[in-house]
Amino acid sequence: MTSHTDIDATATGEAMIAMSRVEKWYGAFKALTDINLAVRKGERIVLCGPSGSGKSTLIRCINHLESYQKGEIRVGGTLLGNNARTIDAVRREVGMVFQHFNLFPHMTVLQNCMLAPMRSLGASKAEAEASARSLLGRVKIVEQADKYPAQLSGGQQQRVAIARALCMRPKVMLFDEPTSALDPEMVKEVLDTMIGLAEEGMTMICVTHEMGFARKVADRVIFMSEGEIVEEAPPAAFFTAPRQERTRKFLGEILHAH
Amino acid sequence: MGQGELLFLLAGLKWTVALSAIGFIGGGLAGLGVALLRTSGVPLLERITASYIALFQGTPLLMQLFVVYYGLALLGLRLDAWVAVAIGFTLHASAYLGEIWRGSIEAVPRGQTEAAKALSLSYVSRMKDVILPQAIRISLPATIGFLVQLIKGTSLAAIVGFTELTRAGNIVSNQIFQPLTVFALVGALYFLMCWPLSIYGAHLERRFAVSSR
Repeated sequence: MTSHTDIDATATGEAMIAMSRVEKWYGAFKALTDINLAVRKGERIVLCGPSGSGKSTLIRCINHLESYQKGEIRVGGTLLGNNARTIDAVRREVGMVFQHFNLFPHMTVLQNCMLAPMRSLGASKAEAEASARSLLGRVKIVEQADKYPAQLSGGQQQRVAIARALCMRPKVMLFDEPTSALDPEMVKEVLDTMIGLAEEGMTMICVTHEMGFARKVADRVIFMSEGEIVEEAPPAAFFTAPRQERTRKFLGEILHAH
Repeated sequence: MGQGELLFLLAGLKWTVALSAIGFIGGGLAGLGVALLRTSGVPLLERITASYIALFQGTPLLMQLFVVYYGLALLGLRLDAWVAVAIGFTLHASAYLGEIWRGSIEAVPRGQTEAAKALSLSYVSRMKDVILPQAIRISLPATIGFLVQLIKGTSLAAIVGFTELTRAGNIVSNQIFQPLTVFALVGALYFLMCWPLSIYGAHLERRFAVSSR
C-alpha cells in the first residue's frame, strides 16, 4: 500500500499535477480515499480499475468538474481552490475528452473547435480558424470541418473532441474512457490519435481499459479499487508481476474478456 | 354591420396585438431572467424564483391584472392603464416562460455543460453559446403554445378599461344586436392571429429536427 509514495517523492520536483491526500465524499459515500499522485511533465498515465472504483472521479477532480473535500491538488503550480479564478486558470491548462464526446450538436465541427479559443483565450476569428484547421488536420478529419457532429461516426466525433480540446493548447490532457462508447472498429482510429499525441510529449492521464494502449504508451499504470490507489507500476511490471491480490483479480477478469 | 363598426373592431384588434407583443417581449426578457435564476445553482435564488413561478401560475391572470391596477391604486400608486396592463402581462408571461425555459435548460444533457466547463468557458458564454441555443429548440412547441394562450388572454385587459378586440366586439354587439355575426368575426380575427403562429411553430420544429439529426 505504500509502494506508490516513493515514486511520487521522486516526481514532485517537476510535477505537472500533484494530488496530495485528496478525499471526496458523495454524501455519506466515500468516493476517493487518500489519493496521492504526482504526474511529471510529459508523463503518460493509464488509470484502470473496476467500475465505481473512483478513476473517473479522480480525473474529474483535476479540472474541478467534481469538488473534493480534503487534501490539495496543484496543476502546473496553481493550487486548485474552490474559487472561480483558480478553477478557470486550471481549466485553461487542462484539456478533457469524454466518453460520450459531448460535442456541441448545434455547431459545425469547425465552430466546435473555434469557440473556446475565441471566448476564453481571446483569439481572433482568423487565428482560431487557422488553429482549428491545423489541429483537425492532425486528427485527420479536416475535410469534415463544415459538417455537424451528428453527421459523423463515433470515432470521427471523438477525434473532433480531441482536436477541440487541443485548440486550447493545453499542457495536460485528461481522457475519461474515450473509447468505451465506440463500436469496436472505431476504437483503433481514436487510440492511434492518442498514441500520436503521447509521442509528441503531451502529459496525459487516461482512464481506459485498453490494455494494449497501456502497454504501448504508458509510463505508469495505476490500478484503483474502492476509491483508493491500490497499485502503480510501469506497464511491464504491472502486467507481468502485479503485487496486490485485487490487481491480479482485476487483470484476470479483463484479460480473459479480451 | 357597417363600416364604422368594422373599423371599431379593427381598432380593438390593434390593441390586442399591442398587448400580446408587450406581454411576450416583456415576459420573454423577464422570463429569461427567471429561468436563469431558477437554474443558477444558488439555493436562495432558486427558491425565490420557484415561489414567484408558483404564485403567478397558481392565481388567475384576471386577478393579477386587477391587483396591479386597482390594488396598487389603493396603496396610492396610481398607474396608467397601459403601464398597469404591461406590468401585469409581463409578470404573468415571465412566470410561465420562465418555467418553460427552466425545463428546457435542464433538458440539455449534462455533458454539454461539462464540456463547456472543461473548455474554461465562462458562465455567460456557456449559456449564450452552448446551452440556450439548444434549450430554445427544445422549448419551441411549449413557447409557441404559450404565446397563443397569451394572445387570447389579452381579452382580460378589458377589466381595467381596455377596449381590445373582445371588448370592442361586446360594444358593437350591444349596439347593433347581431351578436352571432359580431362574435363570429371576432373569433375569426383571433384565429387568424393564432393559427399562423401554430403553423410557424410546427415549421420551426421540423427545421430544427432536420438540422440536429
